[in-house]
Amino acid sequence: MKKLITLLMLAITGLTVSAKPNPGDPKKAAKTGTVAVHFKNVMDGKALKLNDSLSLYQNANGDDLKITTFKYYISNVSLIAKNGDKIAIPDSYFLVNAADSTTLNQQITNIPEGKYTGITFTIGVDSLRNFAGAQTGVLDPAKGMFWSWNSGYIFVKLEGESPKSTAKKHRLTFHIGGAKDPNNTIRTFTQKFPKTLKISDGKLPELELVANAGALFQGKTTVDFAKLNFTMGGPNSVVVADNYADGLFKITKVTN
Amino acid sequence: MKAKGIVFLVLLGFITVCTAFNYGFKGINYGITADSVRFAVPANFPKPVYDFKDNPVTSNGFKLGRILFYDPIISKDKSISCANCHQSFAAFANLDHAVSHGVDECLGTRNAPPLFNLAWQKEFMWDGGVHHIEVSPMNAMTNPCEMATDLNTIVSRLQETKAYPTLFKAAFGTTEINSQRTFRALAQFTSMLVSANSKYDKYIRQEKGGDLTEEETAGYALFKQKCSTCHQEPLFTDLSYRSNGLDLKPDDIGRDSITHQETDRGKFRVPSLRNIELTSPYMHDGRFETLKEVLAHYNSGVKPTANLDPILHQNNVYGIKLSIIQQNQLIAFLKTLTDRDFVNDKRFQAPE
Repeated sequence: MKKLITLLMLAITGLTVSAKPNPGDPKKAAKTGTVAVHFKNVMDGKALKLNDSLSLYQNANGDDLKITTFKYYISNVSLIAKNGDKIAIPDSYFLVNAADSTTLNQQITNIPEGKYTGITFTIGVDSLRNFAGAQTGVLDPAKGMFWSWNSGYIFVKLEGESPKSTAKKHRLTFHIGGAKDPNNTIRTFTQKFPKTLKISDGKLPELELVANAGALFQGKTTVDFAKLNFTMGGPNSVVVADNYADGLFKITKVTN
Repeated sequence: MKAKGIVFLVLLGFITVCTAFNYGFKGINYGITADSVRFAVPANFPKPVYDFKDNPVTSNGFKLGRILFYDPIISKDKSISCANCHQSFAAFANLDHAVSHGVDECLGTRNAPPLFNLAWQKEFMWDGGVHHIEVSPMNAMTNPCEMATDLNTIVSRLQETKAYPTLFKAAFGTTEINSQRTFRALAQFTSMLVSANSKYDKYIRQEKGGDLTEEETAGYALFKQKCSTCHQEPLFTDLSYRSNGLDLKPDDIGRDSITHQETDRGKFRVPSLRNIELTSPYMHDGRFETLKEVLAHYNSGVKPTANLDPILHQNNVYGIKLSIIQQNQLIAFLKTLTDRDFVNDKRFQAPE
């Protein structure tokens, strides 16, 4: 019995030693840092206020609207290093809900120390996770951003009303999602930072990321609420995703 | 030391086996042991689609899934459980119900599909809209005409029910209850619903009880000639979506509702023929009561619908012509696909 214990002890010690990072390996020894991301939601330049009066906002077509829900996912964040390398941040999924102020300030962690000139991320959720079964955390379907009848995540959800909408109670329902061709609405956002972002252990630099709800309704196709006021996947969601691919996000500020 | 260790291990094993399937105080355990709850691929089956890596079936996970499957607490008014539309004696379809029947006497639009061999399915539902076994119950849970509830409500109800935190702890290590664990427990139960012990299976595996009669043999030959393109062995479906000429103008656009493709209008998933004897009524809307009616449809009822499957329109003939004798032979063969062991398996029935 004593022998067995000794053997076990030896085995455990062996495992512990081999699991330690090798100081000669620069990748494993590298320190990481964090950046705080402040999300600011707007509607074509005006701060977004949910449930405000109908006359406050107009879409690009000039249609009045009121917004009651605005939620979106961003995922698979990569930072672009000074030398052009794309540094992928593992397991980076973020859900922003305009109705929940705690989601407006988030952090991207585990970024290798260094200087970064830009960012790229998926607007929505990558197709792997879309089809990978029950998820948890921000990807928990209980967050109300998952379709049960056509399984997969809703990437961007905007609801509200417009007197021009022909739907019941003049509702606007824009649930954009779908990860399969030809109705794939996964779009990638890439932007160069207005100034270099410095990541280092123990510091907390900041990014200001502005999300413009109005981008859903302009760009490639100017949306007329009389004609398009409801979409839950399918070709109309592709129209909206094509619209917001470039205009939905903008990094407006980098504070080191 | 050695002897003590062995006694301890034996005791531990004994306790595990005894508690694995002991529901409440009645102590009925159906003779089920932890060992009997393990997913196994039948010899005549391919590799499953479901990757059990993140959710291996355990006796406690399966037990929780089984309890959830039979618990109406997950519907809006606590009146409807999964088992309401998926009855064990009907191979987990809904006997005598053309379409599913939800809360507030709401009638849905489609026939509840039987639940078995789900671990081999890449997509779920008549239109294939659900892509993963784990999230497939969410459809029924949130559909306003079925359980009409939402995941947050379900999770908080489970948290507030005395037995569940303990059951979740046994299954997943801690008392935490969330949607992922709920879905995974249900998947441990539903993935275990394997039907592979019919007379046909015994015939294929050359086991005792697998001798086909002359009529069944003739039916099998006909099946291979006339039906097997769509109803591929051993699952008896190729899992594709096809139109079998039911309506010139379909009320239900079927697969089109998922893909938004005109070419998918009126197409539905090819159902498995396993246990077909037990799963009436038939078709996505449960329009046919008997297998005779189904074969009569293929013989003379196929309509030239927009996306009619080309197999049902060859040499200017619509459908599959079969004499009455042939129809009877085919039905005799289809009945060899009935798996009594499966429908009578105590592990899958309502916990006491």
